[in-house]
Amino acid sequence: MKANKLYILLLLIMSASFSNHVFGQWMPEVAKPQTEPILLSGGTVHTGDGLVLENTAVGFDQGKITYLGKEDDLGTKKDTYKIIDISGQHVYPGFILLNSTIGIQEISAVPHSNDVLEEGDFNPNLNTMYAYDAGSTYIPTLRFNGILYVESIRPRGVISGTSSVMELDGWNWQDAVFKKEAAIHLHWPSSLKAIVDKETNTLQMLPNPSYKDVRDKLESLFIASIAYRDTKEKPINLKLEALEGLYLGNKTLIIHATEPKEIIEGISFAQKFGVKNIALEASNAVLKVKSFLKENNIPVILPPTYNLPRSSDLDYDTYYALPNLLMKDGIVVALNHSGSLSNAMNLPFYAGTAAAFGLDKEEALKTITLNPAKILGIDDRVGTITMGKDASLFVSNGDALDVQSNALTMAFIRGKKLTLDGPHQENFKIYSEKYSQKN
Amino acid sequence: MLFSIFMFVKQGYSQETFPKNDVTDTRPQTVAFTNATIIVNPTTTIENGTLLIKDGAIVSVSNTTEIPKGYTQIDLIGKYIYPSFIDMFSTYGQPEVKLPKRENPFIKREQIQSSTKGPYNANEAIKSNYNGTAYFRVNEKRALKLRAQGFGAVASMRPDGIARGTATFVALGNENENSMVLKNKVASHYSFDKGTSTQDYPISPMGSIALLRQTFYDAKWYVSNSSRTFSDLTLEAIENNKDLPQIFEAKDWLTDIQVHKIGQEFNMNFIIKGGGNEYQRLEEIKQLNSSLIIPINFPSDYNVTDPVITDKITLADLKHWELAPSNPSHLEQEGISFALTTYPQENPSHFLENLRKAVAFGLTKKQALSSLTTTPAKLLKVDDLVGTLSKGKLANFIIADGDILENQTLLLENWVKGKPYIIQETINKNFVGAYILNVGSIKTELKIGINKGKYIATISSTDGSEDKADFRMDGDLPILQFVTNNSQYNLKGWQVSEPNKIVFKGTGTLNFKDEIVWSAEKTANDKLKDKKESSSDFDNLGAVFYPFLAFGNTSKITSENILITNVTIWTNEESGILEGTDILLEGGKISKIGKNLSAEGSQIIDGTGKHLTPGIIDEHSHIALNGINEIAPNSSMVRMDDVVDSEDPGIYRALAGGVVAAQLLHGSSDPIGGQSALIKLKWGESPEGLIIKDADPFIKFALGENPKRSKSGPSIRFPRSLMGMEQFYTDAFTEALAYQKKRDTYNQLSKKQKAKAVMPRKNLVHEAMLEVIEEKRFISSHSYQQKEMLMLMDVADRFGFTINTFTHALEGYRIADKMLEHGVGGSTFSDRWNFKWETRNAIPYNATIMNTVGVTTAINSDSGETIRHLNHEASKAIKYGNTSQEDALKMITLNPAKLLHLDDTMGSIKVGKSADVVLWSGPPLSVYSKVEKTIIEGAIYFDIEKDKTLRTTMQNERARILSKMDGLENGANPTKISKEKPEFDCEYIQMGN
Repeated sequence: MKANKLYILLLLIMSASFSNHVFGQWMPEVAKPQTEPILLSGGTVHTGDGLVLENTAVGFDQGKITYLGKEDDLGTKKDTYKIIDISGQHVYPGFILLNSTIGIQEISAVPHSNDVLEEGDFNPNLNTMYAYDAGSTYIPTLRFNGILYVESIRPRGVISGTSSVMELDGWNWQDAVFKKEAAIHLHWPSSLKAIVDKETNTLQMLPNPSYKDVRDKLESLFIASIAYRDTKEKPINLKLEALEGLYLGNKTLIIHATEPKEIIEGISFAQKFGVKNIALEASNAVLKVKSFLKENNIPVILPPTYNLPRSSDLDYDTYYALPNLLMKDGIVVALNHSGSLSNAMNLPFYAGTAAAFGLDKEEALKTITLNPAKILGIDDRVGTITMGKDASLFVSNGDALDVQSNALTMAFIRGKKLTLDGPHQENFKIYSEKYSQKN
Repeated sequence: MLFSIFMFVKQGYSQETFPKNDVTDTRPQTVAFTNATIIVNPTTTIENGTLLIKDGAIVSVSNTTEIPKGYTQIDLIGKYIYPSFIDMFSTYGQPEVKLPKRENPFIKREQIQSSTKGPYNANEAIKSNYNGTAYFRVNEKRALKLRAQGFGAVASMRPDGIARGTATFVALGNENENSMVLKNKVASHYSFDKGTSTQDYPISPMGSIALLRQTFYDAKWYVSNSSRTFSDLTLEAIENNKDLPQIFEAKDWLTDIQVHKIGQEFNMNFIIKGGGNEYQRLEEIKQLNSSLIIPINFPSDYNVTDPVITDKITLADLKHWELAPSNPSHLEQEGISFALTTYPQENPSHFLENLRKAVAFGLTKKQALSSLTTTPAKLLKVDDLVGTLSKGKLANFIIADGDILENQTLLLENWVKGKPYIIQETINKNFVGAYILNVGSIKTELKIGINKGKYIATISSTDGSEDKADFRMDGDLPILQFVTNNSQYNLKGWQVSEPNKIVFKGTGTLNFKDEIVWSAEKTANDKLKDKKESSSDFDNLGAVFYPFLAFGNTSKITSENILITNVTIWTNEESGILEGTDILLEGGKISKIGKNLSAEGSQIIDGTGKHLTPGIIDEHSHIALNGINEIAPNSSMVRMDDVVDSEDPGIYRALAGGVVAAQLLHGSSDPIGGQSALIKLKWGESPEGLIIKDADPFIKFALGENPKRSKSGPSIRFPRSLMGMEQFYTDAFTEALAYQKKRDTYNQLSKKQKAKAVMPRKNLVHEAMLEVIEEKRFISSHSYQQKEMLMLMDVADRFGFTINTFTHALEGYRIADKMLEHGVGGSTFSDRWNFKWETRNAIPYNATIMNTVGVTTAINSDSGETIRHLNHEASKAIKYGNTSQEDALKMITLNPAKLLHLDDTMGSIKVGKSADVVLWSGPPLSVYSKVEKTIIEGAIYFDIEKDKTLRTTMQNERARILSKMDGLENGANPTKISKEKPEFDCEYIQMGN
């Protein structure tokens, strides 16, 4: 019985394609450019902007989506495509992982595998792209679950740096960079600090003495950047130059804030200086400022639905239900990953869980496709399955937001077919073989 | 003035041994207090009584009017005399305890041995040799504050250490220590807090308990061993002081219960210093049958002006704010004996105020007084000295201008050993009333009142409003000043002595220049409107929640008979998945499974479209605990059972994810960790009610970076390598066997032989190790790498037992065949990896491979977050490696039940098994399915519909309590919010202070 089971398992594994690398800290084979037009035929297409198109073909050529519709409506053009039958399967736009240190940090508990330390707290000029390791061991595991893009950030400081959007494929960072300068991350300081009051076992909230200081420094930096922008002849200032994109609109300012006061003050600050694209990374405090966010049209990056409500008063489903509570009011929401990097691959299931708690499934899909693309200013190219956009998409045997059915059969970035298996799959194969031989 | 005769006199009777430097000047100290209302004891009051005192002691208390000759008479008409209060849990006069700064134990250089010099205990936190009398120093500053609250004597101890030594009983006067110490060694003190000890062990509450238990065993052993060749003055002190009252400082009702448990083991009847929240579990506290010492430092009002910050005050804290003042009255109603204490307040300026509040909240005056006089006197066995006003006792009493438990009553004098201390200059209550005031050319109304021991006054202005005025007495002279109609009046004068009238006259200035005369005559006894007093809301208090948290219930949840119809049942048995089936839960068990079942009187739940699975069991959890890691390399003597926390919101959240039971493991700080607690998630039960009765005992072992302190440069703790670990385990088991031999040899001796032989020392560590060898206790070992798992199996093989479970076992897939051969199970993460160096080889196929090979495989959480969606985690075994749906479900139900030896009653749906089941809205392994009901032993502990109702209830309850707080009045209070319990994982260590 047992041997039988193993045998079936083995067959299953062998039928999947494997690269022939020696496993260990290796990088799976990098994808080759698309050489011929491909038509994925007969699948259910989840476009990422809310639509589910059954039995619909997706065609792409030279990295761009060239067709979305019924296969039969393609007529003779059909012959120009290499047709891949994916009946019964689902097509999704590649998922986008926001606000992540993938490629920057490796094993967080091993300090020298992390590239995050830097002097100073105001570093808009640091660009993460340069530190991004295209060989990070996380990359194959993310792709395996449908994540094809990552916004790579540096986590520290008040202004930690300028993030880059990376494709999760490529020989090196130069190959992998998708948008060099995507967002500047501003960690808005806390206006209060908590001191433990031992006698009553409560926290006493006192004004944070450095709040004003940090605000003043931000104020003076932004004032200077406006002056810098408006001055013609000037000595180069790298920090001020890095902020210019905020006013031009090609960089998003992502404000990280925790409390309603900080959220409003942070956003108002950015607005005062005419920052064009502002997004907020915050937690359940957003519910208290929902109308402010709505009026100001601020997209919100929320914590994973797999997040433990800290206060004993919070509902058990606080974070499960949070995306829905904002999205039903028309606020653009993207989901984030926090905590151990190794769990970032579960991003799709955060969205699935949000769907279990009130969100429509296709709306849930937006939180990891179209909405993060909007926040990062890359929705002209990715985030949905739309004619003319990059062919960065994948095919799954089942519903990709549900754990048990998220099973990719193929994935493409700009039409390039990715290697989906990585060291984990290789290990699985080797050990399955070992035990089946033994029996 | 009368008191001055006492002011400069040394009280001769206690000073005979001191050299004199003058002629003998012993003066008579005889005073008669007459016409007073004398509260002799809480049940006896003498009206118009006379109290005679002589040389610091009471001569008589009676209603006689005859005063013996030679007594100075003090007329106390209208005044009350009480025995002064006793605080039996005070730190008064003891050296200050400065707590050391503690470093993160994972990265510091360890202090393994005690740093105390001398022949004392091996553990620095055991300070039983400390004698509070020897270190006692009169501290007038603090004595003054205590006297102002009515205290005359306290039992004073130094709050330092787990065994704190003895307290001294002292009077609160300002004379030298020789005369203030009333009794040496009135009590032995204990706590869970190691205080100033810088030694690492113990660092956790369960470690403190283990240390104390071992210490008590050691003390017995030490004194029984007459031929011992070493000295330990600390152990000797424990034994010498064992007949004293034994007082144990707990922090709350949870720790009250822990204290009691220790007491039972050693036949010690601890007097428990509680935390003031005993009202939350009266039933359990009553069962302790212990005397308590209760603080009344009730929480002050919250500042509720900022709605965002107000939101961060938890319902639990709000409810405690409301209910804390009812704690004493609830204890009284349950017939629990208790004393009251000012502890932990350094400056107990609100003690009387809070005492009166407790009375307003239903505490009887009789009990209020006895808990401060007769009860502490009796508990401390000093009732021959203090506690009542009777002949021969110390002249320790207080004089008040009324009933001391009434709000406006002023405490005037506090007499300590016959010496008076003025608390409050007398306020003449007859001055209270309305006066006609003639001043200069105006005639108006003056009102005088009293608030908090001071006069307050108002002047009616011409427009009918009332202006504030300042009235006070400068000795016998009244002073009055006010501003009215833009004119400033400053008046001073005298009281005209007219019988039955109160008249003031005098002179003063108008606008600081014009000389004017004034007079005021009292016309009515009108009371000036007092400041709003906290009214007795005793009858309108909210109900206690079980647990005392949001989403608690007003009564404990009970088992019901439930019929679930037409549901898809995942049995985990041969029968597999049964569609459209009925199931009957009766008497906490699964009684019937079939079609068309009916059961009268059962709650019927329509299961159409829904799925029913066995309840989820988490093999590795740290929720519902108040401590995780002890720090001794071999911590097998600590028991997680001791620190189960029923008041953890994590329980409810796990229930909402379908979890019914969990193994609460010690952390991974040590090669050998503590003993597990196996609980069912019975939300609302006490810790005792959560623990699974008769479950097999388990113990945590830990391999890898954490116990080896791999990240710690400065660590000096053996073992630091895997080779060292192997020797560490071998040594632990070898020692245990040697211990067993010694113990058995002794036990086989005849009574006579035993008398001559040395009784072997009972060693809790060796006993736990022996249980492991004898397979009476089972190991769940934290492990990642295959090499370390192989090593531990090798050790186990050599000692002839089987490792029960490798928990985490991330490289289990590499040695699954060897695990199968040894018979060990694997309890793993679904997909966590690479979070530290030793986990870099983990793969999400681990569960699938181990399961396929035949290893009993479970998926665990080790996280208060992940425990909420273990069904998602299980389905990763489907995603990674195509495990079947049923096998995946078993990894979080039947398989952990097997690993925890609970599978005879749990883990599958089978007639006769415990009714521990979960009703899901859809297929249980889908992220789109929600838990609708989590049922344990037939009781519905989570119900998604009820959850919605509870949310509304909680909001209403919050609003109700918040509206009791005067937002504007408390706007100036410090902004306080609730302190949340941190999320515990394997590596959590209390940092202490």
